[in-house]
Amino acid sequence: MDYLIAIGLEVVSGIASLVLISIGLAVVFGMMKVINLAHGEFLMMGGYATIAASKAGINIWIAILVIAPLVVGLVGLVVERLVIRHLYGRVIDTMLATWGLSLLFIGLVTTVFGNTTSGISSPLGAVNIGPIGFSAYKFFIVAVAVAVIVTLYLLFKLSRFGLIARATMQNADMSAALGVDPARVYAATFAIGSALAGLAGGVLAPVTGVVPSIGAAFVAKAFITVIGGGSAVLVGTLSASGIFATVNQLASFATTPVIGEVALLGAAIILLRLFPRGITGRFFKGRI
Amino acid sequence: MNGSRNYWPIAAAVIAALSAIIVLPVIYDEYALLQLTIYAILSVLALSLAFIWGYGGILSFGHAVFFGLGAYTYAIGAMNFGETTIALLLSMVIPALFAAALGYFLFYGRISDVYLGAITLTVTLIFFDLASSTSGPQYRIGQVALGGFNGIPSIPQLNVPGFPDWTLSTTELFILSVAILALVYISLRLLISSDFGRVVIAIKENEVRAELLGYDARKYKLVTFVIGGAIAGLAGCLFANWGGFTSPAVFALGQSVQIIIWMVVGGVGTLAGPVIGCVLMQWLTSSLASFGTVNNNLVLGGILVIVVLLLPQGLVPTIARLARGRRPVQRLDATAGALGATPAKSEVGA
Amino acid sequence: MMNPPLVETRELSVHFGGLQAVNNVNFSLRDGELRCLIGPNGAGKTTFFRLLTGVHAPTSGTVAVNGRSIAGLQTHQIARLGVGIKTQIPSLFDNLSVRENIWLSARRNHSRAAANRIADSVIMDEVGLGEYANTETAKLSHGLRQWVELGVVIAQRPKLILLDEPAAGMTGHDMEKTAELIKRINRTSAMIVVEHDMEFIKRIAKTVTVFNRGEVLVESDVDTVLADERVREVYLGKQTGRQHDTGA
Ligand SMILES: Nc1ncnc2c1ncn2[C@@H]1O[C@H](COP(=O)(O)OP(=O)(O)OP(=O)(O)O)[C@@H](O)[C@H]1O
Ligand SMILES: [Mg+2]
Repeated sequence: MDYLIAIGLEVVSGIASLVLISIGLAVVFGMMKVINLAHGEFLMMGGYATIAASKAGINIWIAILVIAPLVVGLVGLVVERLVIRHLYGRVIDTMLATWGLSLLFIGLVTTVFGNTTSGISSPLGAVNIGPIGFSAYKFFIVAVAVAVIVTLYLLFKLSRFGLIARATMQNADMSAALGVDPARVYAATFAIGSALAGLAGGVLAPVTGVVPSIGAAFVAKAFITVIGGGSAVLVGTLSASGIFATVNQLASFATTPVIGEVALLGAAIILLRLFPRGITGRFFKGRI
Repeated sequence: MNGSRNYWPIAAAVIAALSAIIVLPVIYDEYALLQLTIYAILSVLALSLAFIWGYGGILSFGHAVFFGLGAYTYAIGAMNFGETTIALLLSMVIPALFAAALGYFLFYGRISDVYLGAITLTVTLIFFDLASSTSGPQYRIGQVALGGFNGIPSIPQLNVPGFPDWTLSTTELFILSVAILALVYISLRLLISSDFGRVVIAIKENEVRAELLGYDARKYKLVTFVIGGAIAGLAGCLFANWGGFTSPAVFALGQSVQIIIWMVVGGVGTLAGPVIGCVLMQWLTSSLASFGTVNNNLVLGGILVIVVLLLPQGLVPTIARLARGRRPVQRLDATAGALGATPAKSEVGA
Repeated sequence: MMNPPLVETRELSVHFGGLQAVNNVNFSLRDGELRCLIGPNGAGKTTFFRLLTGVHAPTSGTVAVNGRSIAGLQTHQIARLGVGIKTQIPSLFDNLSVRENIWLSARRNHSRAAANRIADSVIMDEVGLGEYANTETAKLSHGLRQWVELGVVIAQRPKLILLDEPAAGMTGHDMEKTAELIKRINRTSAMIVVEHDMEFIKRIAKTVTVFNRGEVLVESDVDTVLADERVREVYLGKQTGRQHDTGA
């Protein structure tokens, strides 16, 4: 029984992590049809921002929840202005350019911080469920994922930005018809997506530690989750994360973490073959 | 198609290869030749993606998977059989078979664009994970332990077919690699200008139109993919020979990115471009390494971003245009072909 | 005893979400026939063509070519049954020359030598594009691209030719030439021609089928159809305003 609860908790926190890793990319893909392959490095920079800030004496929670998204959001603004904006409508070129950015950021961070693993200890202790110890920090990860989803849902449903964003998702010309400059919508969207990546990087930093090359581990998962989810940002990310993380965790339990990883990737391939336009290209059409 | 076949690139390739084979071993020592060999080997790899992406319009983000399979197949085959001829053949056959299976899955499932990119990338990651987790004596094929993250060391050198004791010297490996490069280049040139090649290009241009004319796009893409996979496997075999060693790094994301960078720099849609891109970038990387100050990723990444933004067609097409005295024309989408961006399906994820 | 019709649809329907683009269409075409298909913008003509060529799958109903159902066939397999189409927005191999476009079409069903011969004769005699033979089609005007696509379809030597607005964007003289060409092609192939221009229709048509809101409104000889009240109504009521924005 305790064992089942422990597995359940692992699955839930696995889903939450995957949601966090992917959501920033999903927002950008859903609204702009841009795949940002530097997304993993955005998480990596969020991690470094967190660690640097907390080493500078800033409270760890502020470092994770405020500094990381802020720093990476700003980086996103700059990237959008200098690179993304010039490539709208050229999907593959955007992927290639952001792939270049990914290498560039790895190089930059390596030059500044060196090629070693940095870490901070996980700020919460452990809780015991029966005989099994369970890191309390995982509850925090789940809480952040839930908060992010709820906030985005409200943002899309209730705010003026959300209205414009949904209009843009359906049809890029629509926002122009609503009297908004699409370029500004895109810039704001990209900044939000980047900030979310920064937040995820900050939240995960105590768990994974950071190295300049850690982005590669994130971006592939985020990429397939977003593509697997399809064009609906929230429903797509949630459903794809749900499936992939469950497969991953269960397979990891049954075998080894590496096989768990392989199972996740295999599930992604099968899913994309069954639904070549992602889950929400097939179900939940027109949702956010 | 109509007798206007252009033979000068083939003549140029023959002359270049012959002069390299005759001249370079005379003026360089073995160490320098070994350095040059890797350029030739990686250029073969560049050609394989140049064909399937540049002409077939299939952008595989995980092209390294065939390269890696070729390297591992050769290593396992050569060490098990003692004689390397069969291993050499298998290093093309196995990646080709894998490309056939994967290609069947992709093209007959009508998967394209970003989705194809996502799947090919995922596949190479799976191989990376699997190959990395094979440490321990239980993971062996025949007598060869796969070695997990450390890979397989001491891979035997190619021998002359039928003469297991006559293994290739450094100079001979150089000559073989250059000859293979020239051979692959010439074969692909001929293939592209054959009737089959015309149809492949037509499908890249406008898949729906080609199908409305009765061409089975899936079949043509599959054959293209298999040919590219076999060539990449051959490059992998040479690579395993060159270093005498292979590891899961051949499946790594970075390896796939590298090939794509060569193509983007040199020019998608040409054969010479990716080879030039490959040589240029490899030269740059090794020069930087000898300075040891500037970070490699920083430079590679910077170049990729700048080329996509400022020189979206890549070096060779841009230079060719300038030489013809015309301004480069802004293309609508640098990779309209790769995306299959025909009017009927220009949107992604819709 | 009797040959089956060249094309026959039964209760053919397709809907996109809530929109019935084609609704319960029963349509049949004899070998050698030339049929005009008219109807206001959005009537479902282009969608009907897409169903005949397998680009879209029907929601319900069947299409048979030469008595054989095309359900489950891929686009290229239907093409091989002898169905050729000129799409509403010319769909060509943009970076290939006019000759290569037409040659590729001929090459599918013919040897290389025969394809060369067909390409030459189509370019020189049938569509008269000799001076553009080596020009990339991307560089041609819309009108010329229409002609190239006509040439591509002819070179395929299909039994059934579908033409979606072949005269759109053409002026008087070109239109006349197109009408002549259509009649000439009709000697060897059956055809369905979608057009909006009534003068053009009168010039080529014998039987006319009128589509409206995805359904067959009337089907009769050209004079009867043009005199029909309902036809006038749907046309006059709707033809203004919306542009042709859909292409195959
Ligand atoms: N792929 C699609 N998805 C959704 N709706 C579609 C699709 N294709 C066509 N439609 C809709 O179906 C209806 C019929 O369109 P269709 O293009 O067949 O009309 P048409 O008769 O060819 O019109 P026109 O004379 O303007 O070319 C239109 O309302 C159109 O918007
Ligand atoms: Mg139409």
